[in-house]
Amino acid sequence: MNMNDMRLTDASVDMNQSKISAKGVQVYYGDNHAIKDVSVEILDKAVTAFIGPSGCGKSTFLRTLNRMNDTIPICRVEGKILLEGEDIRDPRVDPVQLRAKVGMVFQKPNPFPKSIYDNVAYGPRIHGLTRSKAELDEVVESSLKKAALWNEVKDRLHAPGTGLSGGQQQRLCIARAVATSPEVLLMDEPCSALDPIATAQVEELIDELRTNFSVVIVTHSMQQAGRVSQKTAFFHLGNLVEYGDTTEIFTNPRDPRTEAYISGRIG
Amino acid sequence: MTVLLVILVLLALAAAGFVLGRQRALQLSGRNPRLLHSLPGYYGWHAALMTLIPALLVLILWVIVQPILVQREVTDTLPAAMTADRTALELTMADVRRLAGGLDAAVAGGQMTEQEAAMLRTEFTDVRGKLASVGVALGSDVNKDVLAAAQEYREITKTFSFWRAVIVIGAGVIGLGLALAWTKPDFWARNRVEAALMGLLMLASTIAILTTVGIVWSLFSESVNFFRQYPISEFFFGLTWSPNFRGGSELGFLPLLWGTLYITVISMVVAVPLGLFAAIYLAEYASKPVRAWIKPMIEVIAGIPTVVFGLFALVTVGPFLRDYFAQPLGLGNSGSSVMTAGIVIGILNIPFISSLSDDIINAVPQSLRDGSYGIGATRAETIKQVILPAALPGIMGAVLMAASRAIGETMIVTMGAGAAAKLSLNPFEAMTTMTVKIVGQLTGDTDFASPETLVAFALGITLFVITLALNILALWIVRKYREQYE
Amino acid sequence: MTDLSSAGAVPLRSVAKRSILTASPEMKRRNAVEKRFRLYGLVAIALSLSILALMLFIIVRDGSSAFVQAKLTFPVTLDAAVLDPKGNGNRDEMAKVTTVGYGKVLAASFASALAAKGVDTADMSAKDVAAMISKDAPGQLRQRVLADPSLLGQTIDVTVLAAGRIDGYMKGRVTKVTAQRDGNVTPEQLDLADRLIAADILAKKFNPQFLTLPDASDQRPEAAGLGVALVGSLYMMLLVAVMCVPVGVAASIYLEEFAPKNRWTDLVEVNISNLAAVPSIVFGILGLSVFINFMEFPQSSALVGALVISLMTLPTIIIATRSAIRAVPPSIRDAALGIGASRMQTVFHHVLPLAMPGILTGAILGLATALGETAPLLLIGMVAFVDNFPGAPIGGFGDPATALPVQVYSWASRSDPAFIERSNGAIIVLLVFLLSMNVAAILLRRKFERRW
Repeated sequence: MNMNDMRLTDASVDMNQSKISAKGVQVYYGDNHAIKDVSVEILDKAVTAFIGPSGCGKSTFLRTLNRMNDTIPICRVEGKILLEGEDIRDPRVDPVQLRAKVGMVFQKPNPFPKSIYDNVAYGPRIHGLTRSKAELDEVVESSLKKAALWNEVKDRLHAPGTGLSGGQQQRLCIARAVATSPEVLLMDEPCSALDPIATAQVEELIDELRTNFSVVIVTHSMQQAGRVSQKTAFFHLGNLVEYGDTTEIFTNPRDPRTEAYISGRIG
Repeated sequence: MTVLLVILVLLALAAAGFVLGRQRALQLSGRNPRLLHSLPGYYGWHAALMTLIPALLVLILWVIVQPILVQREVTDTLPAAMTADRTALELTMADVRRLAGGLDAAVAGGQMTEQEAAMLRTEFTDVRGKLASVGVALGSDVNKDVLAAAQEYREITKTFSFWRAVIVIGAGVIGLGLALAWTKPDFWARNRVEAALMGLLMLASTIAILTTVGIVWSLFSESVNFFRQYPISEFFFGLTWSPNFRGGSELGFLPLLWGTLYITVISMVVAVPLGLFAAIYLAEYASKPVRAWIKPMIEVIAGIPTVVFGLFALVTVGPFLRDYFAQPLGLGNSGSSVMTAGIVIGILNIPFISSLSDDIINAVPQSLRDGSYGIGATRAETIKQVILPAALPGIMGAVLMAASRAIGETMIVTMGAGAAAKLSLNPFEAMTTMTVKIVGQLTGDTDFASPETLVAFALGITLFVITLALNILALWIVRKYREQYE
Repeated sequence: MTDLSSAGAVPLRSVAKRSILTASPEMKRRNAVEKRFRLYGLVAIALSLSILALMLFIIVRDGSSAFVQAKLTFPVTLDAAVLDPKGNGNRDEMAKVTTVGYGKVLAASFASALAAKGVDTADMSAKDVAAMISKDAPGQLRQRVLADPSLLGQTIDVTVLAAGRIDGYMKGRVTKVTAQRDGNVTPEQLDLADRLIAADILAKKFNPQFLTLPDASDQRPEAAGLGVALVGSLYMMLLVAVMCVPVGVAASIYLEEFAPKNRWTDLVEVNISNLAAVPSIVFGILGLSVFINFMEFPQSSALVGALVISLMTLPTIIIATRSAIRAVPPSIRDAALGIGASRMQTVFHHVLPLAMPGILTGAILGLATALGETAPLLLIGMVAFVDNFPGAPIGGFGDPATALPVQVYSWASRSDPAFIERSNGAIIVLLVFLLSMNVAAILLRRKFERRW
């Protein structure tokens, strides 16, 4: 089956702005040099996929984009990461404030042990984004709609979030992440814990999301990358081997390592 | 032969059995252990156990049954008047036993021969005086029926002891013989021995049940005795506690319950905030080296015996509270008070709550923290709104268990809160608890059967039920709400 | 996917357009909350640890003086006329001379020693002068002479305890002001004490007898010692180790390795966890009604105390042993079974030795907890005054005894403040034991810890 037929999206996004600009990023875990000199541009209103064999560093690099690695004491980051021209590692930057703008969805759905409503409302509440209960209700509703979950849960907003199915839980986590109106949405293998039907729902969702956000998705499935992304970056052993349009990467890779991975000889 | 001697003989026999069993097994296999099913040692152990275990069982049975039979025999020889009701019977039998013991001592001390002891009669001898010269003091003159009974007692006991030794040792010998007869190369000695060992292990595990049974039985039976003498409703709903050993006591339990609860509440007010915040800091904020040093230091508090805290309450905290708080505020001038005991028990419970909460907080999955940090929450927000709610069932369980410990605490309250039973709202007054009164009523030279003493058992069973209920509640809460984030 | 198109854009107070380089006012408030929260944690820890430090400081400050005691040193002439009236050096005959006689000898020698050194006693009666010596001293002198009758007739240098109030004076508890209202000492005696100190007869000396002497009555706090309590606690710990550890280990082995999953096993497990939560006083009641009343074991003996404490410590030992056994990986068991060992052999030859460090650690910690238990011992009668040493094992286990923590309580309940000092001293001894046991357990764990 032709890669193009499976695609849901429009290919040309090069006119989009650059949202995140990473230059010469190094990441060390203690003595282990995990990310070696990576430079990449993440475009706005587009989906960028990070692919590569397991252990190549794609999740690690993703986590540096919203400074989640700060929570790990032995992790050290060097280099420049600019969000709309501002260095996110500047001492004046509060990571907490950063993460309101650069949200994250994780591999295993992790809804809080609260009601569905409270899960989605958590972000807006702590960041003080709404002024009244009515506003908050609107935000919750729109986030759940954006996550394609509203119709399924609108009658039981106060049921616990942990009572939903796997796919619904992940969509709840996505709703939670978009509730703060971030500019960038980081997704770390969001479908790997889901069954094929739920995966399909989330992939459709990702494509819709890019109309409002910049999305970076780490995936170990090349097919998924091919389906949802416009730009793809291939990581191998901590290096960014190749970055370009998704179609180019998959049909005409320049680097032999990329070609080897695509054709299944490595990874 | 005394019981101890019989046991020693059995042990020696068992040792011999070991050697013989082992030898026989080796001999039958022609000195070639490979032909034996089990290692030679097992045949030895088999023989030893066969000697020992059945004989010991017979001995235990005998030791339990003998006093009953002996008493029945002796009672038959006594005139009916002395054995009419239970109390008279017990008193008489006590006299008989004492007299028999005195005669034994006299014979052992050389003051009279065995024959003389058997033929002694009150009509001809001053038995009391004669025994006094051996150092045996009797309260009153010896009654001739009691003397006859005592002599009968000694006879019967001697006969029983003789037959006891014979039968038990005989059982041992028979066991040994059987074991040796069964010993053959294809005899599964190891399995037999291991089965016996398994039996022992199983027995060990039933000790927990036996202990609980013992506690419940002793508390319950004596409480029943108490409630026969004192109305149950007056105990549970009485508002005054003033025992009077001359009679006319009021034994209301409510002042004690009040004191207990008041002190527990104060101790929770101290222990929960300090313990919980310490745990939060250690679990979420502290770096590894800090945690490695601070956690054991807090645990040191838990290792200090409660009597030390009691002394601290008595000489330091009590006077401090009295001089700086109670007297200036005009609330009292006693060093012993509910506040003193409550605060010190609170301090005692800090490591308990801190340690349990620390474990519970650490058990909250990291994915929840990631989810919260990932949308830009600060650590405090994550702790307050995500982690603590998730950990709440466990923490509540820990709080309930700490409350249970506070309720059962004795030494600190004895030394820090005094012994005055009162129903008062003033925390700087001395009030006492159930545990203090249990100690108070059970120690001291008092008649054991009087209600003033037996009330301690009623208090004990109430205490037991309360602490047990709290612990079961704690476990239930933890179990029921644990699935929230699994 | 129609949801999305109908959603529209909801106007939010967006954080998007603000620069991340400047902190929003919202952020400042949240960070302030964060700092305060963290501070609460630190304050809680600091408060807890400082109370601990305060407690230990007070104990050491008030208790260390129990290890030095005011003593009088002077030559004593062992007058044979008084001490050996029959004059035949027969020890049994000499034993008939009571402490009264020895008291007279001491008083006489004391008076002459004072005269020899030129210490003025003009304003005091002979009785008051003699009262400077502890009332316990004659007894100690008598024991010394009876042990070695050859001392008769000689003049030996003797160091005896000074009276309790004199000791209190030297330690600051008693002053010339309080002496005026005190029935046990006069200000003149305190003046004499000053002169005695100057003459080098009275001094504070190291007092190892604190650890060896038995308890003393209220009149003689200076002679009160921990001897009986130490022996009692030692006996009890021995008995608990012998009774509780094997039973606990056996029960744990059964529950972990062999017990089938049925209701009986559940019942046993429920019982064990409930027993761990029962207050210690209830075990005391159990001990009183079952061991003392029903089985008629001797009251206040180390045996009954050990039985009660064993039952209390059993759940602790079982829990620690079970987790040590559980930590041994199943692969070891599989390997043993694979070469044909029986289950019993697997447990005793392989699992148990590997779990042993954990078991020993748990046992030591259990014993440390047992050492500090007081409440149940009070109920079995140990609060009574015991001034005779229990006999040698095994018979001595049935003699009346007391234990360290009970001694602490007993001394703390006496009215004379000198006993508070001794109570603190006893706590120091107790804490030293506990500390060494805990350190031993930690070292044991470090040395034998395995990472599977």
